[in-house]
Amino acid sequence: MRQAWLVPLVLIPAWALFMPGDASAQKLPEGNACIECHQALGDPRVTPPAEEFARDIHLAKGILCQDCHGGDPTKFDAGAAMSRAKGFIGKPTHQAIPQLCGKCHSNPVYMKRFNPTIRVDQVEEYYTSVHGKRLREGDQKVATCISCHSVHNIRAIKDQQAWTYPVRVVDTCGRCHGDPKYMQGYKIPTDVVEKYKQSVHYEALTKKGDLSAPTCNVCHGNHGATPPGLDSVAHVCGTCHSVPEEFFSKGPHQKAFAAMGLPPCVTCHSNHDVMKTSDAMVGTTDSAVCLNCHTPKTAGYQKAAAIRASLDELRGNVQRTTEILDQAENAGMEVSQAKFELRGAMDILLKAQAAVHLVDPVAVKKLTDDGVQIANKMFAKGTQAMEDLRFRHRGLWISVAIILVTIVGLVLKIKEIDRRQGEG
Amino acid sequence: MEQALAFLTRVYRHATAWVEERIDLSGARELIRHKVVPVHRHTLWYYFGGMTLFLFIIQVCTGILLVLYYRPSAEGAFESVQFIMTEVQFGWLIRSIHSWSANLMIATLMIHLFSVYFTRAYRKPRELTWISGMFLFGIALTFGFSGYLLPWNTLAYFATKVGTDVAGQVPLVGHFMTRLLRGGEDVTGATLSRFYGIHVAVLPLLTTGILGLHLFLVQKQGMSVPPEIEHSGRPPRIMPFVPNFLLRDLVGWLSALAVLGALAAYFPWELGVKADPFAPAPAGIRPEWYFMYMFQTLKYLPAKIGPIDGEMIGVLGFGLGGLFLFLVPFLDRKTARGEKSPLFFWIGVGVVTYIVVLSVLGYAASGGK
Repeated sequence: MRQAWLVPLVLIPAWALFMPGDASAQKLPEGNACIECHQALGDPRVTPPAEEFARDIHLAKGILCQDCHGGDPTKFDAGAAMSRAKGFIGKPTHQAIPQLCGKCHSNPVYMKRFNPTIRVDQVEEYYTSVHGKRLREGDQKVATCISCHSVHNIRAIKDQQAWTYPVRVVDTCGRCHGDPKYMQGYKIPTDVVEKYKQSVHYEALTKKGDLSAPTCNVCHGNHGATPPGLDSVAHVCGTCHSVPEEFFSKGPHQKAFAAMGLPPCVTCHSNHDVMKTSDAMVGTTDSAVCLNCHTPKTAGYQKAAAIRASLDELRGNVQRTTEILDQAENAGMEVSQAKFELRGAMDILLKAQAAVHLVDPVAVKKLTDDGVQIANKMFAKGTQAMEDLRFRHRGLWISVAIILVTIVGLVLKIKEIDRRQGEG
Repeated sequence: MEQALAFLTRVYRHATAWVEERIDLSGARELIRHKVVPVHRHTLWYYFGGMTLFLFIIQVCTGILLVLYYRPSAEGAFESVQFIMTEVQFGWLIRSIHSWSANLMIATLMIHLFSVYFTRAYRKPRELTWISGMFLFGIALTFGFSGYLLPWNTLAYFATKVGTDVAGQVPLVGHFMTRLLRGGEDVTGATLSRFYGIHVAVLPLLTTGILGLHLFLVQKQGMSVPPEIEHSGRPPRIMPFVPNFLLRDLVGWLSALAVLGALAAYFPWELGVKADPFAPAPAGIRPEWYFMYMFQTLKYLPAKIGPIDGEMIGVLGFGLGGLFLFLVPFLDRKTARGEKSPLFFWIGVGVVTYIVVLSVLGYAASGGK
């Protein structure tokens, strides 16, 4: 064990060799006066940008400090490198940032060099957003390009580390919109981030890994971010939920909501904290959102009760059929075809749930009746499978009994032969 | 009752007399009269050969019934088995018995093989009986491998993919063998029809010939007596094959039938989900239990052992192991000389332990399913 001191000597370099590094970091260019001087200065105000730039997509595309800040990176003399005559602008003002980024990003000829299908209207769109409008009015706190994309650590939107990667967007927006102190004076709620994180959308995005699930920018827009107005909410939700939107637009609620000044969709489903829907939201029980407007004995109240009854009837039938088919399957019976056909009833239940937005009990009932018919047919198959199982078990025991009797007879015969031969 | 019995006896006598007038059955009668079975403390193992034969007969009968409804194509195989299980009268029973009996047959065959090994029944003059038996064992495994794919369900599809990939590891001819087995580069409908042809035509034909030879040799040479009993100086007792041994055989066969019925009624062979070649391989792919020890061994082997693929080394190892078993009558010189042969005894113990331990580990790794 006298060589024990060798262990760290071997392990430490090995650890250093195999320790995972930042895979996205690139090699900074050599001989670039901006980077080398800013790194050498060791000043927390000016050194970090030079360090962070190693992970920036611009570096990967060959775009360097002078392309945004101007100056001459070949001169190691501070005065010459940061000469105004060489176009040095230093740190751009907050107000100037969209235009500075737009110098390239709004230039289709230049941008096509990197990607022929890249969009170049972001700056134009930005100025239609609340952020852009307020920036023009002189608001120094509103978001500009760098607030969402970072400054010297800008990554491609497909990069999982990018602030704009779908699962990160809520925290990017939340840096301002979730900070009550920062948002003081804007008179907009700052609990939206927390609320969104409880929603079914956030769950789909982060737990199920569904990157198409909506996050802030999907409903509000990104560069043109703005709250959807009363008349556009249904269209925003309908981008994904097209069938319920279509039913809603054909039903009586559209006009009624408009007349009452209520936004569609969010009045019943809420906006940021959209929960998973359930049949309990419909009807006349305490959990039903219908009761928010409809009082007992009114036509709307009765319609809600009738729609819920149809949904409950189909769900109950699907439930009991699923149970008997599962029971038969667990007992080893072959019911996969019946289970497959039962999916038809489940699909109808989904359609009926969407048709609730039509607020037409007859239309919903017509759909659910079709589903009930399928479910009942499959329930009969499940019952038959269980009856077959009982028949098999009865048949088995009868056969086993016959076999046992035969075996006993054979054993007696063997003994009798053995005895006879023994005597012989 | 007595009258009926007398009537039946009369009919039997007339029928045999009618046959005797046309064919001389005296040879067969002599064989039956003189065929005897030695009685000693290892007599129990003699029953496993007959039990394997009985289960094989069940396989043939149920297999013929299944062929009436089975459709060997990627489009129709799964649906036809589903039809057999749900619509055909007693189709569920036939298919479940076919599947369970196949597994029991391999189990009794393995017991038969190792009982013959440990009682040294392969020694002179029964080398050919051993070799024909080893061929039958290989055929039974091929029956199992080819039959596993026929329902065209997900588990079987991917297990066949893995199994035929393993064949690709055989040096020099591996790729050719994989293509030959699959009927192309991948497991497709062509593989299914190929496996079906092998399962219902090629293997039964081979079995008929080799099993005939095996049974002929057993009849010709009689039952082997273990060396320690043979050399004890006291010849073992004997019992007539008919009716004493045959009736005992019958008790075993009927018990096996009852067990098969119970397994079919309480644990019908599941069908699973139809194979989808474009779907990702599901978790828990595993072969039939009798290939599990090989599957598990290949999983333990590293990707490379020196410059050679780990799987290739594994396949070569199993190939050599099979060849060793095949040639045991010629390798075990001590037994051939009538001496004790502890080395071959311990090799046998090692092989059985290896198969059991690796199979248990394989099932433990796949969640005990």
